[in-house]
Amino acid sequence: MSESGRTAPEIVVVDYGLGNLRSVTRGLERADAVVTISDDPAAIKAADGIVLPGVGAFSEGMENAGPFRDVLIEAAEAGTPLLGICLGMQMLLTTSEEADHAGEGDAEGLDLIPGTNVRFSSDRKVPHMGWNELRIERDHPVFDGVDGKYAYFVHSYYADPNDERAVVANTEYGERFASVVANEAGNVIGTQFHPEKSGETGLTILRNFVSYVADEASTAD
Amino acid sequence: MTLTKRIIPCIDVDLDEDGNAAVYTGVNFEDLTYTGDPVEMAKRYNEAGADEFVFLDITASAEGRATMLETVEAVADEVFIPLTVGGGIRTREDIKETLRAGADKVSINTGAIENPDLIEEGATAFGNQCIVISVDARRRYDEEGEHYEQVDGESVWFEATVKGGREGTGIDVIEWAREAEQRGAGELFVNSIDADGTKDGYDIPLTRAVCDAVDTPVIASSGCGAPEDMYEVFTEAGADAGLAASIFHFGEYSIDETKAYLDDRGVPIRL
Repeated sequence: MSESGRTAPEIVVVDYGLGNLRSVTRGLERADAVVTISDDPAAIKAADGIVLPGVGAFSEGMENAGPFRDVLIEAAEAGTPLLGICLGMQMLLTTSEEADHAGEGDAEGLDLIPGTNVRFSSDRKVPHMGWNELRIERDHPVFDGVDGKYAYFVHSYYADPNDERAVVANTEYGERFASVVANEAGNVIGTQFHPEKSGETGLTILRNFVSYVADEASTAD
Repeated sequence: MTLTKRIIPCIDVDLDEDGNAAVYTGVNFEDLTYTGDPVEMAKRYNEAGADEFVFLDITASAEGRATMLETVEAVADEVFIPLTVGGGIRTREDIKETLRAGADKVSINTGAIENPDLIEEGATAFGNQCIVISVDARRRYDEEGEHYEQVDGESVWFEATVKGGREGTGIDVIEWAREAEQRGAGELFVNSIDADGTKDGYDIPLTRAVCDAVDTPVIASSGCGAPEDMYEVFTEAGADAGLAASIFHFGEYSIDETKAYLDDRGVPIRL
C-alpha cells in the first residue's frame, strides 16, 4: 500500500531483447511499484503502467518488439501510462533515419507520437554520452522538480516530433533536441536519457511515474 | 549548458582469502593493496557525486567471474548511475550475462585484440553504446610503430599490450583505436602502462593522439594523482572522462573536491 492508502500500481517492464533491465526494475520498486519483467502480451495488457526500455539499434528493437506492437498501441490508446526509455522512446515515434541507414527503411515505429528519429550531425562526438541538462518546456507530472537537473544520455539519434507540443524537455548538444516527449493526453511518455542511470534526478522521475500510474489507475477504476 | 566531463572512479575487484569480492589498488598493475568492500565503496562514491563507475575483475578465474557478477548485481541494486564492467570478457555470452547482471557497458581488452569480430557481434546484438574497448598502451621508442608523437624531443609510438602490460602485441594503439571505432566500439578506454599508479598525471600525448584519431568518446585512465591531472587531460588532451582509482580510494582527494576544482576553472561538470 502506498502512503495514500492505494494499492501499489503494477508496472510491466517489457522484455523484448537484451540488456540491463535490472536497474529500471529496482528503481521502480524503490518507488513502491510492483514490477514484473515480462514478454507476455496478456501481462502487458493487464498492467497499470508499462515501461518500454531499450538499448541497441532501432530496426532490431522494432523487430524484437514485434509481438507486443498491437498490445502496446491498444494500451496507449486506452490511456495506460507508457514510459519509453532511450531506444524505447524512439520506438514511440513513426520511423528512424537509423533504419534507413541500415538499408531497412521499412522499420516502422509505434507512431504514438508522430515524428522521426534523426542522427546528430558528425561535427560533434557521437554517441552523445554522458550527463547533460534538462530544460522543461511543458508541464508534466512525471517531470516535476527536475528542471535544470542533469540526466545520463547515451544515443546517436534523437526524436524530432512533428508537433512541437510533444516536446516536454529540451537538452543542448551542439543543437537543441527533445530529451523528453509526450503525446497530447500525456500518458505516452518518452525520455531519451536513462532515468534508471541518472542518480537522484532519475529516481525522482521514476517515483513521479509510479505516482502518475497510481493516479491514473485509480481514476480508471 | 552542454555535455559535462565525467569523473569515474575505477574499482579493481579481486577475491579475498575467504573468496569474497574485495577492492584492491595497485601501482604499475602490481603491488595490490586491499582498500575495501566494492558495494560499500560504490555507495560512497555515488553519494560523493561520481558520474559513473568502472569495475574491473582482476581475478581472472571462473570463481572470480561468478563473484564479480554477484557484485555487479549488488551494486546495480544500490546505485543508479552507469556501471561499466571489464576483465576477462571474451564471448558474446560473457557480454550478455554481464549486462543482465546490471552492467550498462562492458569493457573488452584482450578479448577484442584476439578476436576483433567480437566488437561487431557485441555492437550488433547489444548496441554500440555498451561496447567499450579498453587498451593498455605502452610507449615504445623504436621504429616499428605507425603513428609517432614527439615527447620531450623523442619520437614515441604507443603499443597495445595484453596481460596487464606484460605482453606486447606489436599493434599501434592509434590504428587499433580507429579500427575499434569502425567495428562499432561506443567508447574507448585508454590506459597507460607507463603512467599507471605513478600519480604523475595521465599520459597526455597518448590520450591526445587517441582523441584526435577518433570521434568516439574517450575515457582517460592511469596516472591521475590530483585534480590538476584531470584538468590537464580534459583541456590539453580532449578526453571526455577521467578515470582515477587510488586518489579516491585512499582518500587523498574526494570526488566533490575534484569536481569543485574543475568547475572553478570552467570545465563543464555535473555538480
